[in-house]
Amino acid sequence: MSKGKFGVHGGQYIPETLMNAIIELEKAYTFYKQDKEFQDELTELLNDYAGRPSRLYFAKKMTEDLGGAKIYLKREDLNHTGSHKINNVLGQALLAKRMGKTRLIAETGAGQHGVATATAAALMGFECEIFMGKEDTDRQALNVYRMKLLGAKVNVVTSGTMTLKDAVNDTMREWTKRVEDTHYVLGSVMGPHPFPEIVRDFQSIISKEARQQILEKEGKLPNAIIACVGGGSNAIGAFYNFIPDQEVRLIGCEAAGKGVDTALHAATITKGSLGIFHGMKSYFCQDEYGQIAPVYSISAGLDYPGIGPEHAHLFDTKRAEYVPITDDEAVDAFEYLSKTEGIIPAIESAHAVAYVMVLAPTMKKDEIIIINLSGRGDKDVAAIARYKGEDIHE
Amino acid sequence: MNKISEIFKNNKAFIGFLTAGDPTLEKTEEFILSMEKAGADLVEIGIPFSDPIAEGPVIEKANIRALSVGTTTDKIFDMVKRIRIKTAMPLVFLTYMNPVFVYGVEKFFKNCHQTGMNGIIIPDLPFEEKDEVLDVATSYGIDVITLIAPTSKDRIQMLAKDATGFVYLVSSMGVTGVRSEIKTDINAMIEDIRQVSDTPIAVGFGISTPVQAKEISKTADGVIVGSAIVRIIAEHGENAGNYLFDYVKSLKDAIS
Ligand SMILES: Cc1ncc(COP(=O)(O)O)c(C=O)c1O
Repeated sequence: MSKGKFGVHGGQYIPETLMNAIIELEKAYTFYKQDKEFQDELTELLNDYAGRPSRLYFAKKMTEDLGGAKIYLKREDLNHTGSHKINNVLGQALLAKRMGKTRLIAETGAGQHGVATATAAALMGFECEIFMGKEDTDRQALNVYRMKLLGAKVNVVTSGTMTLKDAVNDTMREWTKRVEDTHYVLGSVMGPHPFPEIVRDFQSIISKEARQQILEKEGKLPNAIIACVGGGSNAIGAFYNFIPDQEVRLIGCEAAGKGVDTALHAATITKGSLGIFHGMKSYFCQDEYGQIAPVYSISAGLDYPGIGPEHAHLFDTKRAEYVPITDDEAVDAFEYLSKTEGIIPAIESAHAVAYVMVLAPTMKKDEIIIINLSGRGDKDVAAIARYKGEDIHE
Repeated sequence: MNKISEIFKNNKAFIGFLTAGDPTLEKTEEFILSMEKAGADLVEIGIPFSDPIAEGPVIEKANIRALSVGTTTDKIFDMVKRIRIKTAMPLVFLTYMNPVFVYGVEKFFKNCHQTGMNGIIIPDLPFEEKDEVLDVATSYGIDVITLIAPTSKDRIQMLAKDATGFVYLVSSMGVTGVRSEIKTDINAMIEDIRQVSDTPIAVGFGISTPVQAKEISKTADGVIVGSAIVRIIAEHGENAGNYLFDYVKSLKDAIS
């Protein structure tokens, strides 16, 4: 009777206290997915409020400099609030409104999902509480203030490794305390069914647009789509409508931190194994007894020991590939895109850019790569400056 | 060893919880025996997990303490083997799905059987996913305890129908932790359960005082106390044995 399976992955491994809420959510989503009025309202919000459709930009200088495949950037960084997270949040907030909920709670790593949730809460009149690891409130201080400015309460999580995983733990705990009037806006394609499906559907607008845009510009499909992977929401959004196109390579870039041969990484597919955690069966970084590993990445948004179940399945079936990118490679790419194209990417997205810097030169000039530029880097500038040894504080 | 159901015969059962390896496995062994001496009828042994999402701060910290001294599932099985020589009291594990799954479901329940465990409670394994362990556990004679929550409502009878060992009635919303007041209408839930099941019902989550325990035992078949016990262990560490004895005795006396 297990639901929401992607191959062996997925399912609903959560406390009984939450089961009725999850069932209620599934019913509501099944209904509103088909409801024209709901979909029209969401489209209007996405377009007029969030600024969709996002542009597909030809990165001419980068293409010439790397001397291989033509590189396009899907500009999710230009969305309102600065990342792809708003796509999912507007959908879930609208759904929560229809369900009669009055309060939104959410975890956040880099703070982008927290900012997006706080934004939707301000717009639609929800009470809002965000949970964020202490490590992350330190390295993404600007986003903490942003959330407060938007009227949200930010809870600093001091348990465990004090990062994204622990923020998810505490948001789940909070949901079991108060579930009647509260919707948990999960920020990635993870957690118990129906979240991986709901978040994927709301993010799949990325590939729906990109597919149309590339066909208009180039008259053919791209050879590869590259996206960074934390939980996997921007990547699944960028992959989804290309999955049936077998000739399009789908490549996810996970955080290798200081290197996959050290203990300091968050490379779930490269180093993880099958487990059951945060409501889902999938791959996790963990030890032989199933204790979840304390992962690390310079990027707060990729610093997560698991991966969404649909990605785990795309990996099992070899439909998608996953590569590890180190902190150093990501920081180089962060600077490279800034200098070459005048676009400062989020440090998360820089992981995808880094892999393209390796891949593009190996490809032919008439081949095409699309990078999903999941977010903008304003939030990271101070942290990267510190990484480079400059004494800058926000 | 005794079967779980026997502790509820003509007796309101006291069920205590502690985390294995907090502060050491040797002490866990000693604490279980002092709780038994004080009148505990069953002890839940927590296998520590790095991310116990159903736990409040008190038990979460106990999990971290236990892991930080190198407690592992294998060492816990060794402890159970040792303690089984000294007591016939039923013992159940409380842990999360991942430690069981990654250890290997078959190997885990085989070891449960061989070391003399009676049951298991897995807070993140709802009815919908019970196939993950149920057949294997049953084949080794291990009861998978059914949890019923204040939000279960229309699900209560489906959950209770095939319950074995005892039904764990979660008395409060949220995570484990001591509460000054239990607000849920326990009696109504107990009535719903009794309509479809003869399995004894033990109530837990938030109970800490003799007064609360006594009140709940009027309708329930047993009370479960976790955080209050773990708090005593956190406070007194290696010397917690006598304090645990006095505390458990005060609760057992209150419900007897
Ligand atoms: C800009 C950006 N990209 C990517 C991610 C990673 O999340 P996901 O893998 O769900 O896209 C985050 C998360 O915080 C983010 O802020």
